Amino acid sequence: MPGLKSIVTLPDFSLSPRIDQVGVEERASRFTKRSIKKESKMNGLKLVLNMIDLTTLEGKDTDGKVKQLCYKAMHPHDALPGVPTVAAVCVYPSMVKVAKKALGDSGIKVASVSTAFPSGQAPKDVKIRDTKFAVSEGADEIDMVISRGKFHAGEYNFVFDEIAAIKEACGDARLKVILETGELGTFDKVRRASDIAMHAGADFIKTSTGKIQPAATMPVTLVMLEAIRDFYYKTGKMIGMKPAGGISKSKLALHYLVMVKEVLGEDWLSNEWFRFGASSLANDVLMQMVKEKTGSYQAANYFSVD
Amino acid sequence: MEKTSIKKSSLSISENGLEKKKLSGRLEVLKTYKIYIGGQFPRTESGRYYIPTNAAGKKLANVCLSSRKDFRDAVVAARGAVSGWSGRAAFNRSQILYRMAEMLEGRKAQFIDELMQQDASKAKAEKEVNLAIDRLIYYAGWCDKFQQLFSSVNPVASSHFNFSVPEPMGVVAIIAPQNDSLLGLVSVIAPVIAGGNTCVVLASETKPLCSVTFAEVLNSSDLPGAVVNILTGKPSELASWFVDHMDVNATIYCENNSEVQKMMREKSAQNLKRIFFYDKVKWETGEGQSPYFIMDCQEIKTTWHPIENIASAGGGY
Repeated sequence: MPGLKSIVTLPDFSLSPRIDQVGVEERASRFTKRSIKKESKMNGLKLVLNMIDLTTLEGKDTDGKVKQLCYKAMHPHDALPGVPTVAAVCVYPSMVKVAKKALGDSGIKVASVSTAFPSGQAPKDVKIRDTKFAVSEGADEIDMVISRGKFHAGEYNFVFDEIAAIKEACGDARLKVILETGELGTFDKVRRASDIAMHAGADFIKTSTGKIQPAATMPVTLVMLEAIRDFYYKTGKMIGMKPAGGISKSKLALHYLVMVKEVLGEDWLSNEWFRFGASSLANDVLMQMVKEKTGSYQAANYFSVD
Repeated sequence: MEKTSIKKSSLSISENGLEKKKLSGRLEVLKTYKIYIGGQFPRTESGRYYIPTNAAGKKLANVCLSSRKDFRDAVVAARGAVSGWSGRAAFNRSQILYRMAEMLEGRKAQFIDELMQQDASKAKAEKEVNLAIDRLIYYAGWCDKFQQLFSSVNPVASSHFNFSVPEPMGVVAIIAPQNDSLLGLVSVIAPVIAGGNTCVVLASETKPLCSVTFAEVLNSSDLPGAVVNILTGKPSELASWFVDHMDVNATIYCENNSEVQKMMREKSAQNLKRIFFYDKVKWETGEGQSPYFIMDCQEIKTTWHPIENIASAGGGY
C-alpha cells in the first residue's frame, strides 16, 4: 500500500514518553534561580502583563463585572505611562457579546471557555453548540476542556475525536485545550494528554480551569512545554502554552518566562504563543512596575479592585 | 592539632559570657538568633549577620542583619494578619496578651540572663523583666476597655444616631528603643496589638538577644503568627524603608535622631502614614504606659445611622 505512507499517521498515545518526576521537579526548580533585575525585570514585567488572559469565570458574573474587567484590560494602570494592555479577556460564552462590545477595536482578544466548562460533562453535540454559540457571539479564542473521565478510562480516541470536532466548530477562532492537570494525576498522563490535544488540532494547550487544585505549577508546565517542543521538532508546527490558575505573583511569572525561553526559545516569548490565565497577577505586576519606578514598595489598596 | 581545637572552643564559650566551666568533653549548644516573620523563624534572606558586643567587649551572638527584603516579607505577612487579628473579639485579644505575660513569667530566668549579658546588673535586669510582664498585663486589661473611653455618641440635628469609635489603622512599623531592649520592646508592641493592629518591629541593634527570645514567647502564647514580626538589624539601614513602604499605615520611632526624624517626616507624606516619635519616654516609669499609646495607632470612624423619627410620626414610648 504505497499511498498510505504519505498520510500522516497518528502515534499510539499509550506510548507517549514517560516522565521522570524527580528530574522534572529538579529542572523546574532551577528556573527559579535566575536573577532578573532592573531594566530586564521591567521588560519582563511588561511582557508578562501583555501575556495575561484577564479572567472572570464565576457563576455570579454580571454584564457590569465583565465591562469593568474589559476596562481594566484596556487601562491596566493609567497612572503609569507606557503600560501595555493584557492579551485577552476570558469569560463564559454568555458574556462574550458584552466583552466584545466593551473591548471594541482595542485589539484585545475575547476568549471564551466552552464545552460545558469546567467539568466537560455534557454530550458532544451540546459541547459543539456551546462552542459555535461562543464563536458566533464573536469569540476570538475558545478554551475547551477535555473529557477527563474518558481519558482516565483509556478512551483516547474519544478524547481525540472530541477535540478535533471542537476545532472544526471553532472555525477561525484559536483553540486552547484545557487538560485540567490537577485531575490527571501524573506527569505521564499530562504528557499523554498534551500529545493527544496537539495531534487533534489544538492551537494552545492549557493546564487548568482554575477551579481545581493544584492548578498550574512549574513542573507540570515544563512537562507540557517539552511536549510542545517535541511536537515542533516532529511536525514543524508551533503550539502555544497557557498555564492558568495559581500564578498570582510577578516573580513566579518571570520564572515561567525563563522556563519558556530555555525550553522553547524566544519565538514563544509573545502573547501569540504564551499566555497566563490569571486575574490577580495583573495587579501584582503593576505594583512591581510602580515599585521599580518609584523605589517604594506598593500597597494593594492603591490599585483597582477586580 | 586536637589540643588547639579544644582550646578554641573553650575560648568561644567564655566569650559568649555563658557559664565558664572546665570542659567536661561536652560543647555547649548555643542558640541561633533568628528573626520572626509570619510565625516562622527564618534566617535573613540576605544571609548577612552581625556580632553585637557588650561593654566588656564580649561577643554576644551571631545575629541576623535583616535586609529591606526581610522587611518587605514581614509587611506582607503583617498585612495578611490584619483582618483576622482586628476581627477578634477585644476580650479575646485581652486573653492573648495575658497569656503572653504568663509565658514571659515562665521564662524570666532566661531574660534576666540575657539582659545581664547585655550589661545590666542583676537587680536592674530583674526589675526590667518584671516591669515588662506587668506592662503586658496592663495592656491586656485595656484591650476591651479603651474603646468605651474614647468613643462617643455625638449630638446631631437630624434624625441620625451618630457615633464615633476607634478602629485599628492596620500595619504599624516600629523601630524599638535601643536601650531598654526588653521593656522598651514590650512597651511599644503591646499597645499596638492591643488595639487590633499588626506590626513589624526592628529590635535594638546593640542589644538584640531579648527580642528573639521574646519572639519565642509570642510563638508559644496563642498570638496568631504574623501579628507581631520581629527583625534584627540596623535602623540606619532600614529606617527609610519603614516609612517608604506604601502598605505601612503608621511608623513608630523611639530614638532622638533629628536627621532620621526629618527623613521619616518627609517620606511618610507619600501615603500620609502617621509617624510617632517616642524619643523622650522613660519606659521604666509610669509614663511608659497609657491608653493614649493605644490611641496613637487608632483612627476614629464616625457613623451616621438613620433612625425613624418616632416622635414626629405621632408615636411614642
